[in-house]
Amino acid sequence: MSPISRGFGGRRRPVADPSRVPPGQYVTPDFPVLSAGPTPHTPLDEWSFTIHGAVEKPVSWPWDEFIALPSETVTVDIHCVTKWSKLDTSWKGVSVDTLLENVETEAEYVTAWSDGGYTTNLALEDVTGGRAWIAYEYGGEPLEPEHGGPARLVVPHLYFWKSAKWVRGLTLTPDDQPGFWENYGYHNHGDPWLEQRYQGD
Amino acid sequence: MARAAIPRRLTWQLGRVVELIDETPRCKSVVVDLPEWQGHRAGQHVDVRLTAEDGYQAERSYSIASAPEDAHLVLTVERLDDGEVSPYLTDELRPDDELELRGPIGGYFVWERSLGGPLLMVAGGSGVVPFRSMLRHWAAGEHDTVPRLLYSSRTLPEVIYQEELTRFSADDGVDVRLALTREWPENWEGHRGRVDRGFLEEVAWAPAERPLVYICGPTSFVEAVAQTLVDIGHEPGRVKTERFGPTGT
Repeated sequence: MSPISRGFGGRRRPVADPSRVPPGQYVTPDFPVLSAGPTPHTPLDEWSFTIHGAVEKPVSWPWDEFIALPSETVTVDIHCVTKWSKLDTSWKGVSVDTLLENVETEAEYVTAWSDGGYTTNLALEDVTGGRAWIAYEYGGEPLEPEHGGPARLVVPHLYFWKSAKWVRGLTLTPDDQPGFWENYGYHNHGDPWLEQRYQGD
Repeated sequence: MARAAIPRRLTWQLGRVVELIDETPRCKSVVVDLPEWQGHRAGQHVDVRLTAEDGYQAERSYSIASAPEDAHLVLTVERLDDGEVSPYLTDELRPDDELELRGPIGGYFVWERSLGGPLLMVAGGSGVVPFRSMLRHWAAGEHDTVPRLLYSSRTLPEVIYQEELTRFSADDGVDVRLALTREWPENWEGHRGRVDRGFLEEVAWAPAERPLVYICGPTSFVEAVAQTLVDIGHEPGRVKTERFGPTGT
């Protein structure tokens, strides 16, 4: 039970629908940027997206082929572990379901990996069933590098560090292997509705 | 990237405010006595949680300004006019008040002696806070390299820890370079204007020396400095960043 902070009333900003804001979060109209290092700038002719690891046959798409895949445009709410949430963000990209359509695997986990060395781990069931996309447009415009362009993973039902920027591939694994922030004490799963910010939450 | 040790669970702790220190017109340091604190590494942060009478809570993250060697935990907070937590901490909080927090959080934007150097810190505005922790930690032990701090501020009165930075410079030989971007005193001998490529080339070690670089500040500042350092030839993997604030886009 938290003690009352003497003299704190809160400056609650009116939110259209409070049921869309997970515990401990506040809604911002901005789009803050958080990254652990410099922003990579990979030219599109050197870019590809790869699915490999515990799969029958690895598969890889160069940029032109990737954006020619069937795409979806989704409007979702996103939640950052640093407490901000942004409602009704619009992304265009390829569903991970589409990418895994012809992939034979018995793996139960994936590691998303990115230019710059970033990784994050997810259960396969968290990136399938219409819950994750490799997005290359935000708000109808090409995704800016500082927000993860040319393409980033978008997994809106988990804290946003799971939505790896500058993503280049998914490694399917039989075991769960902690990624970058997960190794530094952030929660392995990261469900904002359960406030799974740090290990042990 | 080495795997970090499995950290213990981060439980909420109750601290007592020992002192509030005016750093600049907009920034205050909150000195907290935390009986259950298990220590931290220089560069880490904490989550602060405030609770209203009706149970409403607000949480925000703040960098730790004190060194692991210091007796008390210190947070330096910049007042954001439209903020919810920072105006409470800078305007309302008094000595002997209770403050709920948990941490330490983060393990990447951290400097400790085993990482060595040369150590270059680049701060924009209140991004200097984790660097005070690093500088104190550095000064508290044996050292064979001397860090450099490049600190960009709009004006001189907005420079946080002025006296302490002057002491680090005078007593420990730390190369502290201030850049003032908005206005400067008439006889200002430091850098005038934004931190640009020329200034970075002058202050940073050459890429061949492989400095370990930490950049902390508003997003646009961090983006520009990190990109320029990479353009100059510094290894992206040795450039660590911490960003705050909105981008407007």
